[in-house]
Amino acid sequence: MLETALMISLGLIVAAMAMNVLRLAKGPDVPDRLLALDTLYVNSIALIVLLGLWLNTKTYFEAAILIAMLGFVGTMAICRYLLRGDIIE
Amino acid sequence: MSFTLLAEGVVAFLLVAGGVFAFTGSLGMLQFKDFFMRLHGPTKGTTLGIGCVLIASMLYFTVTQREFHVQELLITLFLFITAPVTGHMLAKTGLHMHLRFTTGTRGSLPELRDEDVGQSRVARPAKARHPWRTRQSRQRSRQKSRLPR
Repeated sequence: MLETALMISLGLIVAAMAMNVLRLAKGPDVPDRLLALDTLYVNSIALIVLLGLWLNTKTYFEAAILIAMLGFVGTMAICRYLLRGDIIE
Repeated sequence: MSFTLLAEGVVAFLLVAGGVFAFTGSLGMLQFKDFFMRLHGPTKGTTLGIGCVLIASMLYFTVTQREFHVQELLITLFLFITAPVTGHMLAKTGLHMHLRFTTGTRGSLPELRDEDVGQSRVARPAKARHPWRTRQSRQRSRQKSRLPR
């Protein structure tokens, strides 16, 4: 049961990441691409957690935490740049 | 034994629910017509989906290794705090850049200061050209296809 659920979840999240990449490629404006990147890193955290479940290790959670924090900071930095033309005033 | 089976069922349900929510969020981001509509999918659906997946992982490791695992809760908490902030900043960026929206999208933010809302629409970059088909060659091929009729 658990393996089937894991496979279903993996397939759905990989499909979601593929759709994010599609939006990243064709998004008409910069904020669309930024939103696609933001969703892409959130989905990659889910993928890493599923990998940890599959391999039955908790080695990868540090990587997930790191991706979460750096992704947030990166999104904020690009938003600041688009809003103000400057990141740290 | 039955408790383990119950926990397994809950973990499986949470995993599938998380996958479905993440998929739905990304589908909304791909399919909606407008940036301000597209913002809704990832900020709600994907956040809920990843929360489900992380709680499933926490439950699984707590049951199998017989000790509490709270690291996943940390990521969940962090994502649930940062997702609204990101959505707010992205919406502000969209308003600032005067993105075009469809007629169904309504609303303006009168409380935004003038410096937050840009004065004019940001110029779009020119549409990318096809690598080998220029406009003239396309017209030529169109004329060729019209000739036989």
